[in-house]
Amino acid sequence: MSHSEHQSFWQKYIFSVDHKVIGCQYALTGLVFLFFGFCLMMLMRWQLAFPGEPLPVIGGLFSDTTMPGGVMLPEFYNSLGAMHGTIMVFLGVVPLAVGGFGNYLVPLQIGAPDMAFPKLNAASYWCYFVGGVVMFASFFVPGGAANSGWTSYPPLSDIATMGQTFWLFGMVALITSSLLGSVNFIVTIVHLRARGLSFFRLPFFVWAQFVTSFLLLLAFPPLEVAGVLQLMDRLAGSSFFLPSGLVISGTPLGVSGGGSPLLWQHLFWFLAHPEVYVLILPAIGIVTEIIVNNTRKPLYGYKTMVYSVLFLGFMSFVVWAHHMFMTGMGTTMSNFFQATTMIISIPSVVILTVLILTLWGGSIRFTVPMHFALAFLPMFAIGGLTGLPLGLTASDIPLHDTYYVIGHFHYVVAPGTLLALFGGVYYWYPKVTGRMMNEKLGKIHFWGSFLCLNGIFMPMFIQGLAGVSRRLYMPTVYAHAEAVQGTNVFMSYSAWILGLVQLIFIFNFFRSLKKGKKVESDNPWQATTLEWATPTPPPHGNFLQEPEVYRGPYEYSPPGRTEDFWPQNEEK
Amino acid sequence: MNSSIYGWHLPPNVSAHGAAIDQLIHVVHWFMIALFIGWGIFLLYTLIRFRERPGRTASYESAKSKLPKLVEISVVLFEVFLLIGLSIPIWSKVKNEFPPAADSLVVRVVAQQFVWNIHYPGPDRLFGKSDPSLISDSNALGIDWNDPNAKDDIASINQFHFPVNKPVIVYLSSKDVIHSFAIPVLRVKQDAIPGMRIPVWFEAVQTGQFEIACAQLCGVGHTLMKGYVSIDTPEEFENWVKEQEAAKNL
Ligand code: HEM
Ligand SMILES: [Cu+2]
Ligand SMILES: [Cu+2]
Repeated sequence: MSHSEHQSFWQKYIFSVDHKVIGCQYALTGLVFLFFGFCLMMLMRWQLAFPGEPLPVIGGLFSDTTMPGGVMLPEFYNSLGAMHGTIMVFLGVVPLAVGGFGNYLVPLQIGAPDMAFPKLNAASYWCYFVGGVVMFASFFVPGGAANSGWTSYPPLSDIATMGQTFWLFGMVALITSSLLGSVNFIVTIVHLRARGLSFFRLPFFVWAQFVTSFLLLLAFPPLEVAGVLQLMDRLAGSSFFLPSGLVISGTPLGVSGGGSPLLWQHLFWFLAHPEVYVLILPAIGIVTEIIVNNTRKPLYGYKTMVYSVLFLGFMSFVVWAHHMFMTGMGTTMSNFFQATTMIISIPSVVILTVLILTLWGGSIRFTVPMHFALAFLPMFAIGGLTGLPLGLTASDIPLHDTYYVIGHFHYVVAPGTLLALFGGVYYWYPKVTGRMMNEKLGKIHFWGSFLCLNGIFMPMFIQGLAGVSRRLYMPTVYAHAEAVQGTNVFMSYSAWILGLVQLIFIFNFFRSLKKGKKVESDNPWQATTLEWATPTPPPHGNFLQEPEVYRGPYEYSPPGRTEDFWPQNEEK
Repeated sequence: MNSSIYGWHLPPNVSAHGAAIDQLIHVVHWFMIALFIGWGIFLLYTLIRFRERPGRTASYESAKSKLPKLVEISVVLFEVFLLIGLSIPIWSKVKNEFPPAADSLVVRVVAQQFVWNIHYPGPDRLFGKSDPSLISDSNALGIDWNDPNAKDDIASINQFHFPVNKPVIVYLSSKDVIHSFAIPVLRVKQDAIPGMRIPVWFEAVQTGQFEIACAQLCGVGHTLMKGYVSIDTPEEFENWVKEQEAAKNL
């Protein structure tokens, strides 16, 4: 099976079809984009904390069309905001969580030699790569990168500068990539499970990826269509999203009209709501694996968890219009969508309860990955709870489109998902490299990130309650925003310190490749799932012999055994 | 305008319907805080009590207690209460129960990059015709001033005057892109969407000068799309209308 010896560097590490190499490519590209997207935000945070003041030192590096004299222009601010959102969601978190962790781990955890369609897998990565290059290049076209928000609402986006066209082409590439990937995951999980590995013996991480793949498969096509329609509006003179009689800066817009701006919003959110679960489910999967392993105890309610994510996945398709309560929809519609939104909060409560109850009666090891996984629980709780006043239409009136919303979803995707993903990196690093990451640096990275993330996002709730709109280039224009401007300064310092703290992670990540403590066995965490039954690092083809599965994924501390774990593939 | 009324809290409320919304926000937040603290204490206690120690092993059996189910069920019941008891009634009142136009001040608000145009029908309560082809620098609303109904109309830019204790109905639309008409102190927010004409209503219970914010990204000048509301006594409002009429006929 292993013919990797004959391969050139290019075949082995760049144009590989091995799911593990592709997984690493995805993960590293994703991490780079996460940092890039974060740098955009650190720039914006200067403008938010010290509006209109020139940015020292770095400010001089920018062109006159972005930051003349180091002072940020509003069009550049808008580009940074739109691209931060786009990059974080589509180029950072999803590629890392699904493309990276999913690709690397799903075949290993189900005992398969590779993904079902290895070439499709490579094609998916390269589509993503192209999408990333297009998005990155868009910063350098006339008018700069897309500047109509990551939501790209027309008519604004229809009449925006060239960067928006790049954004649309980039999105088409990214969506294509996700579609190819999701088909591959579904087929792999359905067909390539090892002997004895029934669905209800799958590690929960695999379930999370399975549901995520369905979300990608079903939700992305409407956005792909919408993206093509918007491209037509911009390039071919159609008016899918443009009503009649538009007058832009005093001049009538020469288009036929008759289109609907709301059509875009429905198509966009039909994707973008499930997308939120695409961001969070893999994180929940990772956290579950880490918590169970470090608690040395079976998962409190495995089936409850599985049914909860299935229900969550299904419901995520019928809540999208809760992003549109302020568009003037009738009460029947809004009541339906606020009811579904309340219903979808229930499985999240159940999942949190299960994870917390798993800890009860355990013997908890506070390893570095466990720090991250445990922190995920309260962060996800804050993110979920603050969704309530936004999901109830009446309280959404003052809160909609304010920083409250930004705080709410960042608690889910930043302190929530990002912490989980970091935890995953620390947890599986020894499998991928054969070495452990440094524990002390890991803990400093954890506490630094945890405190700074809260320092950034907690004040957003105060700003939002005070009525501060999001996407404000110059927040001090409004009296109610001026009154909370102090929080902006505090948040910006937190963001910059957070940036410094990530340097510790980057240092630790690369140094441990060479200097990290070597693992003493293939299963350093004494885990039960199949990925630990491979050699370290796993060779092309993964398993030395076809594994067979005899039991569920989390047999920790079963009575009558000397060891406190019972791997799935051990016959006795 | 007195800016010391703002701070680390909800802006003051000066609308008739706002108190119910604020109450809902308070109830939800107390609920969230209570739940979070409860969970948090339980989590910390569990982490300390079940930390790894020599001589202790994890138990294979799961915790058996009815408490989690009870907590889950009470969360669900409370959400049902929030939804049916508070949110739906408030929302229905705000969105469905419009006051009779005869008792209200009815105006058009037309958003554009980056100003708020306000069109008053005048004493005849009839809006003059308007047409996009008539739009010019001096006539942002494209009002046909030759239309008899337009004789007493007033067009105002970024200055929204209306009387206190009288319902106001706003027909909201946009000329170019999507904006969002937000008046924090009135607990009013409604997207202004080109091609649509969306009614909003509110009633102020207190006089004063406040701000209108645009809450939806509408282009490079989005932050600067600030208007002012002036909630007047009936006399002040009459005077303002007279001034505007006089200025128009100059
Ligand atoms: C961890 C560091 C992060 C910081 C400091 C940060 C900060 C911010 C801030 C301040 C805004 C509001 C910008 C404005 O209103 O003008 C924003 C917007 C946004 N962020 Fe983040 N964020 C972070 C991570 C993330 C992650 C991980 C994601 C997604 C997975 C994300 C997705 C978004 C989106 C979608 C928007 C809305 C963009 C728009 O308005 O079009 N952010 N972020
Ligand atoms: Cu606007
Ligand atoms: Cu705006």
